[in-house]
Amino acid sequence: MFRPLATRIMQGHRTSRYPRVAPTLPDRFRGAPTVDAAKCTRSCQACVAACPTGALSLSERGPVFDLGRCLFCTDCIEACPQKALGFSRDHRLSARTHAELVTHGGPLPATRALDKKMKKLFGRSLKLRQVSAGGCNACEADVNVLSTIVFDLGRFGIQVVASPRHADGLLVTGPVTENMKRALEKTYAAVPNPKIVIATGACAISGGIYAERPETHNGADSVVPVDLYIAGCPPHPFTILDGLLRLTGRLAG
Amino acid sequence: MTDISLARLHNGVAVPLGKVPTHPLADLQAALIAAPTQHRRVAAYFGRPLGDAIELVAVIAADQEGWLEVGRAIVHGDAFASITTACPQVHLFEREIAETWGLAPVGHPWSKPVRFVRSRRAGHGAFGQPTEAPLTVGVTDFYRVEGEEVHEVAVGPVHAGVIEPGHFRFQCYGEQVLHLEISLGYQHRGIEHAVIDGPKQRVIHQLETLAGDTTIGHTSAYCQAVEGLSGSHAPARAQALRGIALELERLANHTGDLGALAGDVGFLPTAAYCGRLRGDFLNLTAQLCGSRFGRGLVRPGGVAFDVDAERIRDVQTKLDAALRDVKSAVRLLWTTASVQARFEDTGPVSANMARELGLVGLAARASGLRRDVRKSHPSGIFQFVHIPLSTWHTGDVFARAYLRWLEIERSVAFIKKQLTELPSGTTRRACNPLRPEQLCVSLVEGWRGEICHVAMTDPSGALATYKVVDPSFHNWTGLAMSLRNQQISDFPLCNKSFNLSYCGHDL
Repeated sequence: MFRPLATRIMQGHRTSRYPRVAPTLPDRFRGAPTVDAAKCTRSCQACVAACPTGALSLSERGPVFDLGRCLFCTDCIEACPQKALGFSRDHRLSARTHAELVTHGGPLPATRALDKKMKKLFGRSLKLRQVSAGGCNACEADVNVLSTIVFDLGRFGIQVVASPRHADGLLVTGPVTENMKRALEKTYAAVPNPKIVIATGACAISGGIYAERPETHNGADSVVPVDLYIAGCPPHPFTILDGLLRLTGRLAG
Repeated sequence: MTDISLARLHNGVAVPLGKVPTHPLADLQAALIAAPTQHRRVAAYFGRPLGDAIELVAVIAADQEGWLEVGRAIVHGDAFASITTACPQVHLFEREIAETWGLAPVGHPWSKPVRFVRSRRAGHGAFGQPTEAPLTVGVTDFYRVEGEEVHEVAVGPVHAGVIEPGHFRFQCYGEQVLHLEISLGYQHRGIEHAVIDGPKQRVIHQLETLAGDTTIGHTSAYCQAVEGLSGSHAPARAQALRGIALELERLANHTGDLGALAGDVGFLPTAAYCGRLRGDFLNLTAQLCGSRFGRGLVRPGGVAFDVDAERIRDVQTKLDAALRDVKSAVRLLWTTASVQARFEDTGPVSANMARELGLVGLAARASGLRRDVRKSHPSGIFQFVHIPLSTWHTGDVFARAYLRWLEIERSVAFIKKQLTELPSGTTRRACNPLRPEQLCVSLVEGWRGEICHVAMTDPSGALATYKVVDPSFHNWTGLAMSLRNQQISDFPLCNKSFNLSYCGHDL
């Protein structure tokens, strides 16, 4: 009888003060990439060759990252002889289109909220059905963690629900395997209109490390229309939360 | 001892392919059938193309002796005789061989696809399917019980929680489950083939996502295989850091599972605390390498991140705090009668059943089997530091839960010891090129159990065959058997007590 109460007091209050207080991420966390364009010679291509997913290309302004493909690994950083590349601790890594995830480095522009009508519908209450379509269970795990007391997704009116028929949209992870394509289509069809789709993680945005494989498709938008792209492999829970709050217009600037 | 000669090798040490004997299939099969009666078990059994024929490779683990036995056989034609009725633990291996290479397993009591994928031998399908058309996932001949009041429940692939896809087919009499059949394949991404054919820069990342919650386990197994094949050695400091990361992965998952088990019996305090604490352990891994899942840490030749004294102190402090909180959260489970009543005698798997099915890891230990690669086939840091092996004898949900707690205590003690006596020196050395025509079996005790990778090189020194056996591949059948004669409402609880990987199985 008393032990649960004593334990409750000992465990304390653990919900983070986000979004009032910015999250503190580990010093080695890899968020939005940084480019020191002055150092890049624009001729060696070492970073482009090292990138496992073809996320890097070179332009006249220097290296260009497609964060929809980026695994946030360190292969390009290690390959660059000029030490021109790095990652910041900026966790804000979502966009409304895949094209907006292409960057020359530095923070991404703020994610646009839903239009007025959709915001009125979903801004204060958004129910999502999660579909793992070839996800490795890392994206799934860091979506799941949003429902723990640390993030407490419910306080923002967002909830993961058991049935697509109870949902306002889908949160898709994984590159969409051939064996999950039909299930994803059927789940999407079961969500009542109007509805939204959120692609979470490099696989769901572009196929990630499985892009162009015969067993998989190249991400969620090869099967269903996508309204929000959240980059990472996997995205940090705060990255996902940031994307959801900006989409629903609860976080701006 | 088996009657035929088999190559004897150790975990992570390569042998020339020429030293792996080829026998007639019937002789190799006799060795597989004899294995469980000689304190051995089948760790891997797979095919690879050899001209027009298929070469079968069998890896038998001799846990008491601490070595592995490998043999091969060549199958010509489109069929092979199944030995599943004599040796149940090969049932899924034989189905996998059948599906992948279009070899019908004659006499297999359960001959059906594993992952619903196209045969890799064009024009040859094992299940009478039109060879050009892909198999339709989830459409197969499910085992059925018939009779008055018997009914069938189908669940999945899309489930109610945030969880990977799989299909579960229950045969029920009222609330009682007579039989559960688990049909997977939805997560198939073709990793074993991608490792061989794909761009080389992708390989380590594909291994990192083979089962995302076991990133350290699978990348360690891969790196150990590459180091074995190339005759390279990771420095001592890197071995210790790999061990620390492996145990952190175990801590995070075990803690999360205990919370989820509490949630499944409606005991919310522990569910809430452990949900948070799981994240604290993941954050410790991020403290080491920036990623909560250990992405980027383990690399061939060592590890990519070092730790300094300040970081060690930081990890130690946070580890102490997390253990203190886990202890108080988990103690509630063992002192709350309503939780114990739901855990005890639910979903039991007997030691005999576990032995026959070839279960591994936590699920095997919960049924009283002393199976732990860290103990029986130690590699890396575990050659020098032994984590005491914990077992429990009841084989039920309680056993699988209680063992998690015992292992949490052991893992924390191990990490703390390692952090105080970390070897000095470098953390990464360049690997030599892979040697041609070698075979290496690499075992790692991941948090679910034995991760087995078998790598073979061709005459040019390139990887020609890469086989992965995730512990889930052995253990899904254990879950199916644990449900027999249980209430269908106990499925979530039993499922969580195993917490197996879908993508690790589907590859």
